[in-house]
Amino acid sequence: MSSAKYTEYDAYAADEAAEGKVFDVGGQDWDKVVAGAEDLGDERLVVNMGPQHPSTHGVLRLILTLDGETVNEARVGIGYLHTGIEKNMEFRTWTQGTTFCTRMDYLAPIFNETAYCMSVEKLLGVTDQIPERAQIIRVMMMELNRISSHLVAIATFGLELGATTVMLNGFIEREYTLDLFEEITGLRMNMAYVRPGGVAQDLPSGATSKIRDYLDRMPKRIQALRKLMDDNPVFKARTQNVAYLDLTGCMALGITGPVLRSTGLPWDLRKSQPYCGYETYDFEVATQDTCDVYGRYLVRMDEMEESLKIVEQCLDRLQAAKGPVMIEDKKIGWPAQLAIGADGMGNSPRHIAHIMGTSMEALIHHFKLVTEGFRVPAGQAYAPIESPRGELGAHVVSDGGTRPYRVHFREPSFVNLQAAPAMSEGGMVADIIAAVASLDPVMGGVDR
Amino acid sequence: MSSEHPEQQAEQGADKLPARTEEERREQPVVRKGMFGAGTTGDTSGYGGLIVRQSPKVSAARPYGGPGGAAEPGEYDEIADELERAYPDFGDAIERVVVDRGELTFFVKREHLREVARTMRDEPSLRFELCSGVSGVHYLKDEGAELHSVTHLLSITHNRRVRLETTCPDADPHIPSLVPVYPTSDWHERETYDFFGIVYDGHPALTRIEMPDDWVGHPQRKDYPLGGIPVEYRGAEIPPPDERRSYT
Repeated sequence: MSSAKYTEYDAYAADEAAEGKVFDVGGQDWDKVVAGAEDLGDERLVVNMGPQHPSTHGVLRLILTLDGETVNEARVGIGYLHTGIEKNMEFRTWTQGTTFCTRMDYLAPIFNETAYCMSVEKLLGVTDQIPERAQIIRVMMMELNRISSHLVAIATFGLELGATTVMLNGFIEREYTLDLFEEITGLRMNMAYVRPGGVAQDLPSGATSKIRDYLDRMPKRIQALRKLMDDNPVFKARTQNVAYLDLTGCMALGITGPVLRSTGLPWDLRKSQPYCGYETYDFEVATQDTCDVYGRYLVRMDEMEESLKIVEQCLDRLQAAKGPVMIEDKKIGWPAQLAIGADGMGNSPRHIAHIMGTSMEALIHHFKLVTEGFRVPAGQAYAPIESPRGELGAHVVSDGGTRPYRVHFREPSFVNLQAAPAMSEGGMVADIIAAVASLDPVMGGVDR
Repeated sequence: MSSEHPEQQAEQGADKLPARTEEERREQPVVRKGMFGAGTTGDTSGYGGLIVRQSPKVSAARPYGGPGGAAEPGEYDEIADELERAYPDFGDAIERVVVDRGELTFFVKREHLREVARTMRDEPSLRFELCSGVSGVHYLKDEGAELHSVTHLLSITHNRRVRLETTCPDADPHIPSLVPVYPTSDWHERETYDFFGIVYDGHPALTRIEMPDDWVGHPQRKDYPLGGIPVEYRGAEIPPPDERRSYT
């Protein structure tokens, strides 16, 4: 194949499109368009918003047909962040897969890893053998991740509506959460911490007290955010009764997560189809019945508070549940407990001394397991979990080999983004920003 | 390997090598070759991918049980019974039923897919109101049914999940679209078309969604190499992995 094929033709370089005149707008030059459109005498204006989101959701392109300030038609163009993660995973071992899938939805890496690992464990038939401590750590990390993800959702939400204070406050708090991740996994994002069989390593000493500090501070900080937003008349004017999507719409479009719960249906996989031991934790499912942007914001705020409750319960349990954090089966779990170095997780000096100095068999075993990986019996499995954005499911197919035959993620961002036209058509052009923000799509997850 | 040479044959006999003939080995479901079995592109790790000649067509027998196990009749039997009652062509439409790893899969013939899905959605005792998406799988060795379209359905009313799997041959990659039943399949089917080339008949606008509109080929298919196109970086062109210099 030659590269010229893909570069010769540039559809966007043409001055004249199939219909109508084309204006290039780079900001500050709207007058040119208005004057030009007046000359044409056409009421209808097709605006290409993006490929770029005015905020941090990623690269999204909206094609809007405007009549004045009313959106007649909204189309969503995606694919700008497509990285072929699913294809790449077919060329790596089962364990290496976590390193890929953690990069999909970069605001919720722990969820990507957990969904994938649960699916692999289901295929291996070892779901019951995952140590209790590993499950507690997974739950704790997921809930911390839910808080950090929702904080970004709310922060960018504020930014997109023009409130930089909200953005700064949200990102400051997220930073504390990421500090915890760095303490525990060595990395702030894309940690590859959850592995098939358990987690990569136990909590380092001192992590517990840091999480306790976090739990002390967070409720106050969430209250501060609530004070800023909950009754803010400007915020309410921009969000109440905007981007309405009721239960019927959600069902038809497959919407899950906070958007679904803002219609009043308490559907949360943590409660309804529990995994990782969620049935033993005490928490509430947050709902609202307004079906609008404001309701979705409130659901997210409530969920953060519930997540804090779960993290607290996890800490109490971790005190009691000592033991391994990786499955006993030596053919699946890596033999080493990795250590945190300056650049993330890395070697374990003790293990290296063992395999290089004392045991040839251990070296062979280590080499086989780390390079070749383990075999997974042929078949397929689907493991859904409740990510901050809704049902995140990993459909994993094995042919019996040491690499996945096919991995597909049911990404909630991808599904939820389909609702953007339903939410915004017929509304004002400014409301489409609020609509997309309330869906909280992360384009890394949408495009994968 | 059995040798032609009589001396070697005697030696091998003495070593008690596995007494398997070539024919016997070829009948095994899985081909083993070399240590890592690397036979694909050069620059990936490529370890140990087994070559599967033909995966056996698994089919579960009653009772199907439920997510917890198939020891006694459970909710999966209920689903099958209700579908059989509500959809008279059940025997013709469902090729086989698989219960594996606590998950229920109906292999639906493509002619019946849309009506089966509609029944699954509308029948009060089934009521799978939410479609969790469509995923494609390309089974190179599954002759006559290379492309699989896998749909996961969720019933919030009854808190159950079921998987519908439909196959189509590579030569005739057509499967009816589920958009009229589950509008959410819209993007999922576009994605599966984009990556696998399955044409969903009746889809309102089946165009590529992730890859550029003028892309050639369907990248997630197993016969499509990783990478696939040359990459240009700072004036230099780097060929795709499968066309790079090889030392073997």
